[in-house]
Amino acid sequence: MGDGALVEMTRSEIKADLEEGTRIAARKAKVPELTQDELDHLLDIYASAARFTAVDIGEEVVLSNDGTGTKHIGNRVQDLQSYETLLGVDMVELWQADYSYKAVKTNVAHEGQSMKIAQALLTNPVQYGAMPDLGRYSQPDGPIPNWSELLPLGKIDEARDAQVEACTMLVGDIEFVADAMIAAGADGIDMDTTGAAGDADFLAALTACRKLREKYPWLGIEIGMASEFVLGMHGQLEFDGQRLAGLWPKDQLRMVEAAGGSIYGPAVNINTGKSTAWNIARAITFIKPAAEVATIPVHVNVGMGVGGVPTCLFPPADATSRAGKAFIEILKIDGY
Amino acid sequence: MEGAHSQASGMGGMRTAGDLVARVQMSKRLRLKEAKEYVAGKLGCGVRDLSDPVAMELIRREHGLGLLTMTSSTYPAEPGMMEAKFNIAEKLGLHINCVELFKERAGIRA
Repeated sequence: MGDGALVEMTRSEIKADLEEGTRIAARKAKVPELTQDELDHLLDIYASAARFTAVDIGEEVVLSNDGTGTKHIGNRVQDLQSYETLLGVDMVELWQADYSYKAVKTNVAHEGQSMKIAQALLTNPVQYGAMPDLGRYSQPDGPIPNWSELLPLGKIDEARDAQVEACTMLVGDIEFVADAMIAAGADGIDMDTTGAAGDADFLAALTACRKLREKYPWLGIEIGMASEFVLGMHGQLEFDGQRLAGLWPKDQLRMVEAAGGSIYGPAVNINTGKSTAWNIARAITFIKPAAEVATIPVHVNVGMGVGGVPTCLFPPADATSRAGKAFIEILKIDGY
Repeated sequence: MEGAHSQASGMGGMRTAGDLVARVQMSKRLRLKEAKEYVAGKLGCGVRDLSDPVAMELIRREHGLGLLTMTSSTYPAEPGMMEAKFNIAEKLGLHINCVELFKERAGIRA
């Protein structure tokens, strides 16, 4: 199940869940349902009794692991080395526990020193990651009036102004941190859970991405989303003339491409009350229109609570491996 | 979870050519098929070789692209880490930030 619970289902029940998942997603996002061939393929994957599954030889993809270097065992750089050596991931990410660009700004020199050491010790590309986390700029954590409190009071203009002001601050902070990490040797920058605070949050990431692309043509810039849908907390913000509120993955991708991003990471949140089969059909339906037209790599978020992987501390290997296989074989994604 | 992903569908990082394909995706913004073809072309091997650890060990050693060190296999006399990245940048025609900064700060001139 979406919460990680192990359940027994008949083949017919799994089939019904796949069909319902794609139907609901198609209706919500106004996109096509999965084809019968795709549903049959998913049924084969999800009806298997195997505790682990994998892609065919030669169909492997790039793993851009956000959240490596997590101080599981040694220090953060040692953890990156563990991921490089023992897990065999393709990219690693240095990050700090307060995973927010605003928070990193106050610790940037120490973060840069860790990046410098990591670059000396690893061969893998090392990117630096944090969340845009626009909400951090609102009171009481930040200086800007809290738009979540202003909106229920009917102070719409004030709430919008607050978000625009916070957005400007966030762009500056992302640029400040990125400049520092790049000076320390970073191969890339990751903006994780972009859009978590809505359209202003997404706008900040896109604006920062464009600025960084102009300065560093070679830089890896990954924009990983928070959700399948950009919430219109402001409602009227635009990037290149496109309103950001209400965007689904296909148009999210288009914005990331326009901003100069290297990698687009769609995220589809799990419904914990439904089966993983239901969830994977829903997720693939949302993302398929983006994968079909992408001109940059698409690295789907396939982690705890997103992309068909259950929301639990230790996701079962069968659920994790089924989800990865499904995305790769149905959507031909470039990584995750 | 990362272990499951790595075994189910990951290219294999430095065991194979995963890190190299990743760099091309990041820096040149190429999709997977094109990125694999780019790397295979630069290395003079087939695309299928890129996820074959046996083939890639030989190729990485030949071009000095870095090898993973394990309990019974260490390579102190082979290019590794920063040294390997110098070779990766040259072999793949990539701008690798730490390599360029190293050259600049160590006063290495072409």
